[in-house]
Amino acid sequence: MSGGQMTSLADQLPALQVALPLAGAALCALIDRRYVCWAISTLVSFAMPVIAVSLLLQVLHGGPVSYAFGGWEPPYGIEYRIDVVNGFLLVLISVMGAIIMPYARASVAAEIPENKQAWFYCMYQLCLAGLLGMAITGDAFNAFVFMEVSSLSMYVLIAMGSDRRALVAAYQYLILGTIGATMYVIGVGLLFAMTGTLNFVDMAERIVAVEQTRSVMAALAFITVGMCLKLALFPLHVWLPNAYTGAPSVATAFIASTATKVAVYLLLRYYFSIYGAKFVFGDLPVTPILLVLSLAAMFAASTVAIFQDNVKRMLAYSSVAQIGYITLGIALATPIGLTGGIVHLFNHALMKGALFLALGCVALRIGNCRIDTMAGIGRRMPLTMGAFVVAGLSLIGVPGTVGFVSKWYLALASIENGWWWLAFLIVASSLLAVVYIGRVIEIAWFRAPTGATAEATEAPLSMLIPTWLLAAACIAFGLDAELTAGVAARAADALFAGLVQ
Amino acid sequence: MSEYLSEVVDHYNQWITIFLMVAGLYVVVARGNMVKKLVGLSIFQTSVYLLYISPGKILGGTPPILADDFAVYSNPLPHVLILTAIVVGVATLALGLGLVVRINEAYGTVEEDEIFDKGGSE
Repeated sequence: MSGGQMTSLADQLPALQVALPLAGAALCALIDRRYVCWAISTLVSFAMPVIAVSLLLQVLHGGPVSYAFGGWEPPYGIEYRIDVVNGFLLVLISVMGAIIMPYARASVAAEIPENKQAWFYCMYQLCLAGLLGMAITGDAFNAFVFMEVSSLSMYVLIAMGSDRRALVAAYQYLILGTIGATMYVIGVGLLFAMTGTLNFVDMAERIVAVEQTRSVMAALAFITVGMCLKLALFPLHVWLPNAYTGAPSVATAFIASTATKVAVYLLLRYYFSIYGAKFVFGDLPVTPILLVLSLAAMFAASTVAIFQDNVKRMLAYSSVAQIGYITLGIALATPIGLTGGIVHLFNHALMKGALFLALGCVALRIGNCRIDTMAGIGRRMPLTMGAFVVAGLSLIGVPGTVGFVSKWYLALASIENGWWWLAFLIVASSLLAVVYIGRVIEIAWFRAPTGATAEATEAPLSMLIPTWLLAAACIAFGLDAELTAGVAARAADALFAGLVQ
Repeated sequence: MSEYLSEVVDHYNQWITIFLMVAGLYVVVARGNMVKKLVGLSIFQTSVYLLYISPGKILGGTPPILADDFAVYSNPLPHVLILTAIVVGVATLALGLGLVVRINEAYGTVEEDEIFDKGGSE
């Protein structure tokens, strides 16, 4: 290949980031052979981080990358625009996809009927394309379309769960998810009516003149409610526990570590890049609203998690609580607080991914994730449950793990704002995580194995390695937070600086 | 008084939008039948089509085709956007109905409270 062609391929990376999984999904739907489809989606999933990382490197060294889709110049055409914030998110989503795919083969084969496995990979890739598209696009309406692509495929993924309750969970999520997306599109409609543009950069420029109008404020309210439904902020989280519990293990791990994060990103984009932090947090009372709801999530959801009999469900409630930490970082609206929120977005994906993957290994061997049947499983599957312990400690926020890094930033930011009580509450809510994680660890390691657990053997390597990769990342990025917190800090700075240069 | 009245009458398109929006959302919340909920959801989504399209029309405006006699054009972009939104709405409705069929097979009912009685959700 000549040099000229190489550079032209490098120029097309933003388009390939979304087009490859879309094409892969179409291929899977046509081929309908489960192992071929698995191979295709693994290949696609491995290509994604390569593209995402090279895009992020381009952004870190040369500033934002703009890609005019189909050659139509922005703001008239759809623009794909990558800066540090969504570059970071692209890396997160694509790396999670790449880690989960090798794991998927054995887990999907065990949990999903044979004739539907090819469709599972098809839907997974559609979901991946939708999430990456939401992250990469610089166009408000295009973000809505990708949101629906990812959501619709997610509903299907959830409905593929073996229990009939998964169907009801998928239906509930469909109703609430569609209400959320429609609220978002109402907000975009109002903004479009006021500014006459859908391009994020263009909108950020034009909104200044009409900022104080009722339509623009109503648009902010609609977008906030819509995105909070999607990111499952307490009390709009009711779809999440059922959905995470019902979905197949692989789908749960993927959705839990990526889907809510993309919704958080979109909210950040509107709050900071389009409306501007000064307007949202200065002129409007967004901080107290988000602060109260985040704290409610941290305490209420953690408390509910303690009383769950199904460990998968317990972790789902824990996710609602952890989302509270992320939105808390947004509510603080300072560079350090936002850094904490963004770095927790990344860290939470790592630890929840590891925890749900470990549970997938357990489900493969003993068929369910109920806490009573998991008694003594640590003695039969020490490696799986070892990863669970490592990721669980991260969730609590033990020093040396990623959970500590993000909570440290959040506590620092609260003290910086003079809110000592908030720093205290962050620590207090972590104690609730000690209870629910500790309960599983106690039962899994210090009880005698009975029933199916007594005959359980360690999960296959194809599943253990991805699980441990994520668990090890929880430690590695906990000991050396330079990379993650560094990029998160740059992302926070970029958000505060705004889109208009 | 007549000022208020003309304010209301002049914005009749917005009132229809808001009525559909709220009515749709009400049906989703108030109905226990899963098919009726989806109907409500569709009405809710339909209100958005109107929200986009009606401000795109300029009174006395023509389609945006360049010609010497016309200078005022309506904005075509909302139509294109809503064409996409309609596709999304149809896909959502189809998937939702598909799920309801599966739920009916698994539980023998599409009434939400009966499904919850059968342990549809913990």
